[in-house]
Amino acid sequence: MSRIGVFVCWCGENIARTVDVVQVAEASLQFPGVKHAAHYKYMCSEPGQSLIRDKILADRLDGIVVASCSPHMHLKTFRGAAQAAGLNPYLVEIANIREHCSWVHQDKAKATAKAIDLVRMAVAKVRRNNALQAIKVPVTKRALIIGAGVAGIQAALDIADAGYEVVLVEREPSVGGKMAGLSETFPTMDCSQCILTPRMVDVGQHPRIKLYTCAEVESVDGYVGNFKATIRQKARFVDIKKCTGCGECWNACPQKKIASEFDYGMGNRRAIYIPFPQAVPARPAIDKQACLKLKKGVCGICAKKCAAGAINYADQDQLLEEPIGAIIVATGYQLYQISAQQPTAELSGYGEYGYGQYKDVIDALQFERLVSASGPTGGVIQRPSDGKEPKHVVFISCVGSRDNAKGISYCSKICCMYTAKHTMLYKHKVHDGQAHVFYMDIRSGGKNYDEFVRRAIEQDHARYYRGRVSKITEENGKLIVRGADTLAGTPVTIEADLVVLASAMRPATGSDDLARKLRIGYDQNGFLSESHPKLRPVETNSAGILICGACHAPKDIPESVAQASAAAGKVLVMFSHKEMQRDPEIAKINESTCSACFACVRTCPYQAAEKADVRDRAGNLVKRTARINQGLCMGCGTCVAVCPSKSADLEGFSDQQIYAMVESLL
Amino acid sequence: MSAHPTGVFEPKVIAYVCNWCTYLGADLAGTSRLEYPANVRIVRLPCTGRIDFNLLIKGFEVGADAILVSGCHPGDCHYTSGNFHARRRWILFRQLLDTMGFDMNRIHFAWISAAEGKKFQHVLTDIVEQTRRMGPYAAYSKICEEVSC
Repeated sequence: MSRIGVFVCWCGENIARTVDVVQVAEASLQFPGVKHAAHYKYMCSEPGQSLIRDKILADRLDGIVVASCSPHMHLKTFRGAAQAAGLNPYLVEIANIREHCSWVHQDKAKATAKAIDLVRMAVAKVRRNNALQAIKVPVTKRALIIGAGVAGIQAALDIADAGYEVVLVEREPSVGGKMAGLSETFPTMDCSQCILTPRMVDVGQHPRIKLYTCAEVESVDGYVGNFKATIRQKARFVDIKKCTGCGECWNACPQKKIASEFDYGMGNRRAIYIPFPQAVPARPAIDKQACLKLKKGVCGICAKKCAAGAINYADQDQLLEEPIGAIIVATGYQLYQISAQQPTAELSGYGEYGYGQYKDVIDALQFERLVSASGPTGGVIQRPSDGKEPKHVVFISCVGSRDNAKGISYCSKICCMYTAKHTMLYKHKVHDGQAHVFYMDIRSGGKNYDEFVRRAIEQDHARYYRGRVSKITEENGKLIVRGADTLAGTPVTIEADLVVLASAMRPATGSDDLARKLRIGYDQNGFLSESHPKLRPVETNSAGILICGACHAPKDIPESVAQASAAAGKVLVMFSHKEMQRDPEIAKINESTCSACFACVRTCPYQAAEKADVRDRAGNLVKRTARINQGLCMGCGTCVAVCPSKSADLEGFSDQQIYAMVESLL
Repeated sequence: MSAHPTGVFEPKVIAYVCNWCTYLGADLAGTSRLEYPANVRIVRLPCTGRIDFNLLIKGFEVGADAILVSGCHPGDCHYTSGNFHARRRWILFRQLLDTMGFDMNRIHFAWISAAEGKKFQHVLTDIVEQTRRMGPYAAYSKICEEVSC
């Protein structure tokens, strides 16, 4: 190949500020094989792409290099542009002169010299690219959704309603997630259960949704369109097919004082329990840590009470395999733990707020249970220590959030809104009570959101103090809250009966493990990474795996639901095709030089390298060789590095290409 | 690689990185505007498992003063186990290079994930500074003569 076009992008000022793009274009004209070089303000825009297309046609270019942003950003875009001009899309290379150059260097001379080198390497590579054709593979039209909170439920219903099968996996005994435990929701104050429980029932009854509760994803193999998910169905000790959900068992269970996870320890449950009355499936599970029969071999009352014979103390975890085409991760969030003890070394807690030490200092989700009509007090606001009605309640926002000293620098986004909601819910139930709020800033962007906060202040007379609380102590049954009102410039001391801490949102426990299993990215806070923050907000860098809801970043219910529908939409796009196109940048074996040592067969992580026979026309064995199964190869190139006879090579990253890149630096 | 106009020694560093972790870590360093010395040239490969260790020698042959191989953390490989193969091969290859007389302080191995933009910045800055102190890798040509490659 010898008619290469180089297209240098300014990216507005993002590249042009630190890289002399004109010089880069001029320099690249000197590289062997370069026919044409141009620069333009926005190469990815339509005029930029049309410039590329026109030049491909006019100069009969047989390869192009676009010097622009990361290939993870726009390689696809420019491959599309090339294809539109009749150039094979795999004859396109990117020189990353933005993320790897202009954004990380200040010195213009050095950055320009580096950019020229990067283009030189890309030109050396593209001259050796092969024209490739996408590989077509069939699509398994079944979706796996991990997490059955409001986001997972929405995505599951959208996909199932469109006519495709869904496998929905939930780790808890019931679907519903965090939303099922909320009281009322901002800014409309509609009851959380009233809007969610019908959707939960739909999920439970949908003919195309296969629901696994008390289950987790053990492993995922395969690739987009053809995943194989292994699901660990944890021992529930209750056969949910036999069980009728009558309740005889849990009413008879003698273990009455187990702190309920659903109530965040504000109420109790039995050892055999359903997490809450509206649970789906409405079938109990046995907590093996608490059950006397499972722990000590005594009791067994639930089995005696069960007329359906559904109790099975010998139940074991089971591993089940499901063929899957696409995966949506909707694992949600947990609250930051306020107390001094933290799960990781990067985080630190607030010992000074006395959470865990004073019974009447609770977090926001605990307060939700306290005001919820389905909560342990039936919606009557009683403080946990003595059951009295609190007359002064202090709400503290940004507990953990936006606090670098505690290890969380981000804003949890929903706390301003739910704190305002909490003051209103409180005032509506305790008319002579007073809500006090300590805040850093009020962030109430959203439809009808700021109006809602104003209502809390103006109609329900919540007192807002802009400032932090330094310490909470307990004296004579009162919580002494010492803080500052920085607008008035005065210290504030409040004798409170109850303190509610709006603690930061963190990704759910184990979401980093899951991300590793799925081979998708996560950020320094553990939130899962989208492929592009603006253009691919629900896709990950692994094809066929999507994310939605609070596992991606702190977000409220409307946003989670919108994102879930977006992810479902992406899955439906995938399922609308009979076949999928797979990246052809995979391994190949030169069978004439292969010595049949099968080192590749042993090292291939996907069992894509296979042993094969080469036969002549009469069917006589000529030799044995290794061969790549195109459907299985993922293109990692491990076989290339282990092949002693240099018979294995990788399209897109061939030895010739890589060595040419390095040699171009001489 | 073009020499710096001022004539001061500027180390040449070649980094062989995997596409899914370290390349994205370098992208993150970019989006976070984390500055590091402009001496590194990144070669993107799908996986560290793809790295044939002759590439290291090739790097020195074209005048690199230091080389970095970096991929996903053990257990995090996009292709399940490519980085384990790389590590295992490296353990063997390292002894060979050592025996041949290569300066092992000029070959660096790191695990940098897609979330570790800061680590990428630090690793690269450290390598460049360390190499700057060590000076150009002139001894490479001597090894070449000895093993007549």
